[in-house]
Amino acid sequence: MATASAAVRRDWLVGYTMVAPVVLGSLAFVVLPLGMVVWYSLHEWNVLANTFTFVGAENYQRMASDPGLADALAATVWFSIGLVVVNIALALLLAVLLNQKLPGTTTFRTFFFSPVVVSLVAWTIVWSFLLQADGGINGFLEQAGVQGPNWLRHPTTAMIAVIIVQVFKNVGLNMILFLAALQGVPEELQEAARLDGAGAWRRFRSITLPLISPTILLVSIITIVGSLEVFAQIDVLTGGGPGNSTTVLVYYLYQQAFRFNEFGYASALAVLLFVIVLVLTLLQWQSRKRWVFHEV
Amino acid sequence: MSALHPRTRRTAGTAAVLGTALALTACAGGTDAPVGEPETPSEPVDLRMTVWTADETQLGLFQSIADAYVADNPELVSSVTFETIPFEDYTTALTTQLAGGNAPDLAWIFESNAPEFVASGALVDLRPVLEGTEGYAYDDLVPSALSLWQDGEGLYAYPFSNSPFAMFVNTDQIEAAGQPNPVDLVADGRWTFDAARDIAAATAADSGKQGLVVRDFDYQAWENLATVWSGWKAAPWSADGTQCTFTEPEMVDAMTWFHDAVFTDGALPTPGTTADFFAGDAAMTITQISRASSLDDSFHWDIVPMPEGPAGKQNVVGQAGVGVFAAGEHPDVAADFLAYFTNAENAEQLAAYFPPPRQSLLNGDSLAAANPKLTADQLEAVVVEGVEDAVTKPAHKNFAKLSETVRAELDALWVEDADVEAVLADTCSAITPLLED
Repeated sequence: MATASAAVRRDWLVGYTMVAPVVLGSLAFVVLPLGMVVWYSLHEWNVLANTFTFVGAENYQRMASDPGLADALAATVWFSIGLVVVNIALALLLAVLLNQKLPGTTTFRTFFFSPVVVSLVAWTIVWSFLLQADGGINGFLEQAGVQGPNWLRHPTTAMIAVIIVQVFKNVGLNMILFLAALQGVPEELQEAARLDGAGAWRRFRSITLPLISPTILLVSIITIVGSLEVFAQIDVLTGGGPGNSTTVLVYYLYQQAFRFNEFGYASALAVLLFVIVLVLTLLQWQSRKRWVFHEV
Repeated sequence: MSALHPRTRRTAGTAAVLGTALALTACAGGTDAPVGEPETPSEPVDLRMTVWTADETQLGLFQSIADAYVADNPELVSSVTFETIPFEDYTTALTTQLAGGNAPDLAWIFESNAPEFVASGALVDLRPVLEGTEGYAYDDLVPSALSLWQDGEGLYAYPFSNSPFAMFVNTDQIEAAGQPNPVDLVADGRWTFDAARDIAAATAADSGKQGLVVRDFDYQAWENLATVWSGWKAAPWSADGTQCTFTEPEMVDAMTWFHDAVFTDGALPTPGTTADFFAGDAAMTITQISRASSLDDSFHWDIVPMPEGPAGKQNVVGQAGVGVFAAGEHPDVAADFLAYFTNAENAEQLAAYFPPPRQSLLNGDSLAAANPKLTADQLEAVVVEGVEDAVTKPAHKNFAKLSETVRAELDALWVEDADVEAVLADTCSAITPLLED
């Protein structure tokens, strides 16, 4: 008996020692900061004057009447919708095309994946040159006889440009995830369906899509959460402009904290962002039962 | 996957670090106490000054002055470090250091942020130290240069750089286009903004490059347009900073002139076009004379004073201050070092890059000795006269928000078919609450 309990205790000790680093790390760098952000959000904090005053829910009340926040949320919604739709559709299309047993597919896979490993800021700076009024993209369009717009200086084209730059940066990662899922679809099922007379589209819709649905869920969550964290691209390409057309929530938060020194209000915005991400993730997680065929 | 979003996490992380340090900064304060003669610390201290220059020769000069101070005061200071923070993120990085309880002892401060920093109580009053330092000659400082950095009787930063804005011209390009040399127009009294626009447009058409570049404006940092609209005696807000004046006729005229010069005459680069005068991409540029050091001998150039506008000639000077943070660990030692760093002798050395606010040094010969690229005549015409009655670029105690809001509103102006008056009216509606804050 005594030996058994000693063994249990040893297992217990080993187990907790193993998880201790990650638990302590999460507590120190995730849970504690999150708690402190909530605490700061209840204060007015002026860095220059060195004042830190408790103001209760004032920062949260201010959100309701802040037109800048409404604009930022609208910009965030447009950006997220654009990014998620284009990114997932393109990633799936590329994955299906590159899943064919044809010569050269490895080269193309490498080609589409390579932006993922390029430094984000370097990638964006190169694009900022390409997107100038007399930049590479308009030069190319001119060869084709089309007068390109001044991409980053009009609200609509600026948003489109930021979305496209972000899609090309990360579509390769989603493509690889989809490719892995596609290659896990059993060939026998496809063949059986083919024998039953199903066409390519029918097989894709009724066999492939349901079988890769867990990956679609994963990719959707990653992409939506990723779309809410876009910052460097906005900072480098548009600085939130023209007007406030590309000032998304994270950029707005950054402005409040680090440009306007409104650390209290910015903390409240960070809490809002956290809640939005949490709710979206839970919604997707809950809805998986309805559209995810099986869970891996 | 974690439900906590990475960005939130990062912000939270930063905030947590800042927060833990809050208690420390709270203890380190003491802004009301003026600094005086430094008490000898128990052991020599290390001082740190944040700057935005990364120029090796400038940093070398600072270090040599600092080393001499350390040699003279070994009981006070063991080292002085100059920490470069990139220009674009300077103020953001500085305030982040303050929030993190890691205040530098001394820091350069942009003129735009001057009222905010001066009013905040973050800086110590330097006047008692400067006045009390033997041989400093406080009375030699030009009063108009100090005004932005004062609050009541106190002086909260020393404007070490008073660099007038002037027009650099690429005489090769202008000559090739058969345009008159601006130097001759200055002599004839015909050097106006209209003349500059016409020369710029004609030269750009001839060279296929750009005409006139308002340096650092880039359709973002709108405060740099002060160099233009000052010729119309226009200003973004009233002198006391409470009323928006973007809709005043002078400003409407100035902005209409600018808009037409860009979109109708092609005299200035359109939005999204980058052109560097110093790389030979443009015929003319409006910038501070301290940029003369960027010129090599790849083309012939000259420098002329700012042109006259409809309201005459208005000199504009770009300032930068250096202050001592109350939250720093050794404000008294830092202030003593600043008094040494900017004394008459060292100001003369610094004048090579930063025209000093000292009457005795503001003459062509003194400045020419320090500026090998420019002649005494050029310096006399541009710097000495340029500092007289000069205005500074817009500044306000709420500048950070104003800057961003005006930038967002003026974006509507930088399109070909903009309604100038309507955009300026919108700008005033947007910034009026901020001015009243």
